[in-house]
Amino acid sequence: MNLPLYAYDLITDSQGLVIALGLGFGFGWFLERAGFGSARRLTAQFYLYDMAVLKVMFTAIVTSAVGLWLAATAGWLDLSMVYLTPTSIGAQLFGGLLLGAGFIIGGFCPGTSVTAAATGSGDGVAFLGGFVAGLLLYAVAFSGLEVWANAASVGPLTLPEVFGLAYGGVVLALVVMAALMFAGAEWAERRFSFMRPGGR
Amino acid sequence: MAAFSSSHPLGRTGGVTAGGRRYMNPYLAGFGLGLILLASFLIMGRGLGATAASGSVTAWAVGLVAPDWVATNPGLKGYYAEPPWINWTFYLIVGAFFGALVSATLARRVSLRVERGPHLGVPARLLLAFGGGTIAALGAKLAKGCTSGQALTGGSQLNAGSWIFMLAVFAGAYALAYFLRRQWR
Repeated sequence: MNLPLYAYDLITDSQGLVIALGLGFGFGWFLERAGFGSARRLTAQFYLYDMAVLKVMFTAIVTSAVGLWLAATAGWLDLSMVYLTPTSIGAQLFGGLLLGAGFIIGGFCPGTSVTAAATGSGDGVAFLGGFVAGLLLYAVAFSGLEVWANAASVGPLTLPEVFGLAYGGVVLALVVMAALMFAGAEWAERRFSFMRPGGR
Repeated sequence: MAAFSSSHPLGRTGGVTAGGRRYMNPYLAGFGLGLILLASFLIMGRGLGATAASGSVTAWAVGLVAPDWVATNPGLKGYYAEPPWINWTFYLIVGAFFGALVSATLARRVSLRVERGPHLGVPARLLLAFGGGTIAALGAKLAKGCTSGQALTGGSQLNAGSWIFMLAVFAGAYALAYFLRRQWR
């Protein structure tokens, strides 16, 4: 098999746009099904009484990581043709802290605010508006950071390369880690059920 | 006003929205989301993302009044090459909007609402949501991705920078959670 199809010119650009609509539909569908159109449900992760964010996120990561590894190992997928965002350690550390702060202050992340807005959430719309304002603020006042982040980039870098381990070994470690985290999440939800507000 | 009441979508038993159906089992929803992400890699050679679509729309809109500035601005020029109607990430987010809308309609979860705790007014909640969105945008720009483009997509690619990003997101949110608990309680 020649995967990814797009990289082997088996899909045109306009077909790709139609596929994007379909993939996006599934993306929004599963986010909404998980309850991620609700800021209360999302932020509950950080008050420990509902760990759905961690469960959904890591199940998705493990599912996709195992699938990628299987497809690459079977020789169906050329991983070098899959886009990998370059690593820039300081930028991703600081950017992550900011995004986490925005998440707990605003109640959403960018994707889930679209999910919320689609289902009638005024706070979801406000978050999206703030996000666009933030993009403009960045362009006006913080473009220097972009130059710094690009200059500090170490290029595409994966965990197997960092640790000098086999690809499959790191995938296996990820599966084990996720299983332990799920067990911890189930425990935390019972332990911190008193944090659940009201119940009204 | 019922539409803007401080409703609590999670009942005491959890997982139930006010008036709506139960949420999907999170492991099952995660598996479905993972298959969509995997399909995106296998078909298109790229993962999912939510930041770039907003960037594309923003750059296009600003470009209507200040095209030269957008074309050279380090924070926006990357989004300016393609207008939204030929931009892949824009179609992805349009699809996500309708996927969420159809899902919520079938589960009777569509309602005009501003979700918040009993001690917070609507304007305060909207202001916090707006401010949070602004801060999240600065973070997503700096890190070259958000929870979708970095944490989910890069996480499953075992991308080193994505895992740094993901740990930082959780650290940042947990560090501030205590100070923001009044939003919900």
